[in-house]
Amino acid sequence: MNFDLSVPTQLMQALTPDVFLMVGAMALMLVSALRPDSDEHQRLVGYCSIGVLLATLGIVIWFGSRGFTSGPGVIAVDGYRLAADMLFILAALGAIALGIEYNGREGIWNAESHVLVLFATSGMMIMAAARDLMIVFIGIEIMSIAVYVLAGMNRRSPRSAEGALKYFLLGAFSTGFLLYGIALVYGSTGSTNFTTIGHNIVQYKLAHQGMLLMGVGLLLVGFAFKVAAVPFHMWAPDVYEGAPTPITAYMAAAVKAAAFATFLRLWRESFDLLDFAWLMPVWWIAAATMIYGNLVALAQRNVKRLLAYSSIVHSGYLLVAIAAGTNSGSAAFLFYLLAYTLATFGAFAVVCAMSRPGDRDLEITDYEGLWRVRPGLAIGMAICMLALLGFPVFGGAGFWAKVYVLAAAEATPFRQLMPLTVLLVLASVISAGYYLQIVRVMFMKPRPEGAQVPAATGALTRLVLAISVALVILVGLIPARAVGWARNNQPTAPVTLSTAKAP
Amino acid sequence: MLAEALALSGVLFVIGVIGVLTRRNAIIVFMSVELMLNAVNLSFVAFSKLYGATGQVFVIFVMTVAAAEAAVGLAIIISIFRHQETVNLKDINLLRG
Repeated sequence: MNFDLSVPTQLMQALTPDVFLMVGAMALMLVSALRPDSDEHQRLVGYCSIGVLLATLGIVIWFGSRGFTSGPGVIAVDGYRLAADMLFILAALGAIALGIEYNGREGIWNAESHVLVLFATSGMMIMAAARDLMIVFIGIEIMSIAVYVLAGMNRRSPRSAEGALKYFLLGAFSTGFLLYGIALVYGSTGSTNFTTIGHNIVQYKLAHQGMLLMGVGLLLVGFAFKVAAVPFHMWAPDVYEGAPTPITAYMAAAVKAAAFATFLRLWRESFDLLDFAWLMPVWWIAAATMIYGNLVALAQRNVKRLLAYSSIVHSGYLLVAIAAGTNSGSAAFLFYLLAYTLATFGAFAVVCAMSRPGDRDLEITDYEGLWRVRPGLAIGMAICMLALLGFPVFGGAGFWAKVYVLAAAEATPFRQLMPLTVLLVLASVISAGYYLQIVRVMFMKPRPEGAQVPAATGALTRLVLAISVALVILVGLIPARAVGWARNNQPTAPVTLSTAKAP
Repeated sequence: MLAEALALSGVLFVIGVIGVLTRRNAIIVFMSVELMLNAVNLSFVAFSKLYGATGQVFVIFVMTVAAAEAAVGLAIIISIFRHQETVNLKDINLLRG
């Protein structure tokens, strides 16, 4: 079916998954307010949230299987949107499953914390669907405002409050840049619609207009803030360390993926022709992110902070896929996001299982000899570390993700990307310094005298770890099918642009 | 008229950015962010004189979102004041590394 988005009822139908999730989240918000906060109530709302997410996932898959499309309008109905939605829902499921047990242990008995994850996820789904800068803005804010609150969810912890404050101030600051960029793009092209912007740039030959280029630059700064790319990354380590661990995982995986998903669609559908202007800035941001992030990560002793820097580094790798800008670039991008989301959740599940109340036991030294006391956790962590490193065979999906990004960057017409691929490989080699360090500490060091055995791991945390690791390995075994999935789910670039680019 | 409005909006935006970067009181930083958003609103209204109502609709959205953001932001600032008895960003530095 082809939705005509100018008809309000059809627009609503095209938004079915998003609207379903929002209505479900609002209903659960009422449920969570029904009874005073308690561990039981928090669990109940958590399980209900998982149910709502699974139902949404069903609707998204059904949407995908019917092959719906849409005419021009404010949102897109295509495989790219649905593929991104699946990633967000996967991450939200992981965050809530980890959160139920983590919140119970830490005494965060606000049942709303799970519902806020649903709201943030619905904002992300709006972002992935958006084909109009106004919708992009609304989606980003629905997501961000919920995540500001989530970062400060642990009200007893001054660190959590500090992380939330930093996230809020820098998030609002970056929104200002994004918004000014939107205003200038609107001012120079006369539209906020992705497709119309692309058309107008061609039709009125706006490509070299100063106001447009400034707008694109400000948008780039705004998105670089949101995905924590160097030099706009300084908030990320503090926020990731302060936030409750399941929320950190959610921010590192889903919030980043959502910002990237919108970024890629906007760049492919509207600014494809402006590559002469944005390619080199993106090149430098990607290079700085990969090198700087890795070097600083080497010095980290706190595992949560280390994973924060690792997530900054992965933004750099993803920017290489965006700079490639071709169809295989966006296929590699989706595949990379899938592998990265799975490995991140596996790693954070282990961090959740290892930490004791009050978020202690987060230093690398606390992982010494883990193999002897908790072999399951050690093996799971090792596979996730190897996947994040992109190690062949044992790294599963992580290895293929890097291979596809490299292949996409090599296949582009841009010669400038060659040095960037070399940098990507070099950066991966540096990152072995800290990923393998964790693996070495877990397997080769003896358990220190008097070190406490971590408490028994909860069933949900074990489930998240098992599913993430199993999927990392499974996708690593059938990379061709997974990348085929990614390749079939492209943002649909407007026809005039690709034809205009052909000569 | 358009050029003057855009220039004013640009100046206000830069004042906001400088405020965020130089001030250390969380409330004043937040006010500077609001100044940035309102500077952008001025641009939108100016552009909507050229292109029709889209810009004005956008301004309504921005104001709504800014109000929601202010509610959450002030709540976060209050929660940090309960812990630290200060809203000075210089003194809020537990997270380092």
